[in-house]
Amino acid sequence: METNSSIFFKILFFFLSCLPVFLIAQENHGVVKKSPYRNSMDSGKKIYSVQCLACHQADGLGAPPMNPPLTGKQIQSEKKKLIEIVIKGLATHEEIDGVSYENVMPPHPEIKDQEIADVLTYVRNSFGNKASSVKVSEVKLVRSKMK
Amino acid sequence: MKQIKNYFSYILVMMTFACQASISTVPVGSDTGKLILLTKPKPDVSLTLPEGFKVTVFADGLGRARHITVSPNGYIYIKLDGFKNGGSIVRLRDVNGDGIADEEFDFGKFKGTGISIKNGYLYASSDVDVYRFKLNEQGKVVNPDKPEKIITGLIARHQHEPKAFILDNDGNIYVNIGAFSNSCQVGDRQIGSPGVNPCKVLDSAAGIWQFRADKLNQTYANGVRYATGLRNVVGLDWNTVTNSLFVMQHGRDQLSYMFPQYYSDKQNAELPAECMYELHKGDNAGWPYIYYDQIKGKKMLAPEYGGDGIKTGGEGTIDPTVAFPGHLAPNGLLFYTGSQFPEKYKNGAFVAFHGSWNRAPEPQEGFYVAFVPFINGKPSGKWEIFANGFSGGSDKTASGRAIHRPCGLAQGPDGALYVTDDSKGTIWRITYK
Repeated sequence: METNSSIFFKILFFFLSCLPVFLIAQENHGVVKKSPYRNSMDSGKKIYSVQCLACHQADGLGAPPMNPPLTGKQIQSEKKKLIEIVIKGLATHEEIDGVSYENVMPPHPEIKDQEIADVLTYVRNSFGNKASSVKVSEVKLVRSKMK
Repeated sequence: MKQIKNYFSYILVMMTFACQASISTVPVGSDTGKLILLTKPKPDVSLTLPEGFKVTVFADGLGRARHITVSPNGYIYIKLDGFKNGGSIVRLRDVNGDGIADEEFDFGKFKGTGISIKNGYLYASSDVDVYRFKLNEQGKVVNPDKPEKIITGLIARHQHEPKAFILDNDGNIYVNIGAFSNSCQVGDRQIGSPGVNPCKVLDSAAGIWQFRADKLNQTYANGVRYATGLRNVVGLDWNTVTNSLFVMQHGRDQLSYMFPQYYSDKQNAELPAECMYELHKGDNAGWPYIYYDQIKGKKMLAPEYGGDGIKTGGEGTIDPTVAFPGHLAPNGLLFYTGSQFPEKYKNGAFVAFHGSWNRAPEPQEGFYVAFVPFINGKPSGKWEIFANGFSGGSDKTASGRAIHRPCGLAQGPDGALYVTDDSKGTIWRITYK
């Protein structure tokens, strides 16, 4: 039969053995806060609220069947196409997941490369999306091929 | 106790069988298609109505249920902007008179919005054509696979495509041809883009066209542009007191998004008004050059045409009969001619508001059925909300993520009011006792 003190030490040992895991978790939490995307995300959110929110809504789910949602596979995969759509707009009404949307996406001729990178980084990492950031160099490349 | 339970289950099963047997022996007539027997639908939202009114879910799960009409002998026809069991028109009937649909018959090969019964015909529209089906004496479609095409080749360019329509009592049909544009800008919905002047959209759209109800294959050449300057009309009805056409216009979008120098987001949420107009031949409601500001009570010059939120305009254009707050999206209009509802409702207007999206970032609004009292063909009081709660809660109203969205309205032969929902396809039946 074990003594009370030996049980006490066993419990203490258990908690001590958990401590490093606990500390690592804390550290990881800090890393998430210092995301390299954070500046892009903050700036992207501001651009979104002025340029995109009126149609695509605060939750990014759009206003079907007028304005499409900014969620799903295409938003997370087709980076080049997204950059082109922001610059040139879209009036083809091509189907997205089987739905054709009524309204046009207006072009944004004045928008800066950094703003496109930020707003697309925001969109691709909001509303349940999780995808890589969009870099200014990528925007520049797409724009140069469009001319 | 268990025995009693079993006994009740037995009775229930027997009743179900008996009920099914009686329904399946209803003569199918010339409808050769399959009749579907329906189970009792369950309400998933709680609607609020004025005292004395009762609402039941008449049917559900119909999909994009748009406009609705009822035959004099009680067949309910609903136009789908989609298909159910291969059909784009749903015919429902309450066989046992309990206020809930018992049987369904699906037919029609074209999705769309408009549907109406007149002089023994069921009229229904796709987004480019209008068809009609002959009805037999029972109110059933004679040849569900072969409608007559009475109007064809109407413009449908993505925006405002639905061809909502209504018939008068002189053999005419009035069809909405919505503008394929928000505000006739050079670049549609583009910040700072000016308006095209003169706006060419008006030549073939943004108005109500009048055709004959009994001639086949009519095109633009056979029609008359009855009224112009209407951006898009979905809700419309023929008023039998005034013997004239009344329509609900969907007002233009995005004042603050495109012209932030003149409009705040708060102003954009309320402006412009969603207007009810009484139309006569040759009328012009002013789109795209003007919009109606219901707070100022004035017709305002549109910012695409030199307006700034202060300058008025619209010489020679008609005034609205009623001006509702902005972006509520009126999709159904019905003048109530029944005797079931209290006297206040007689000849008044019910308006089904589909609900807004263009109030963002302000909270969305709508998703209800409103009422405007009328005496001698003119509004006799302020509009009020008649039936509310379709969205499923104030949070869902504010976010615009409504469970149901009111669309079509119809009056049954007994004076009951039917409301459709094109989000989940629920049909409600509102009665008064």
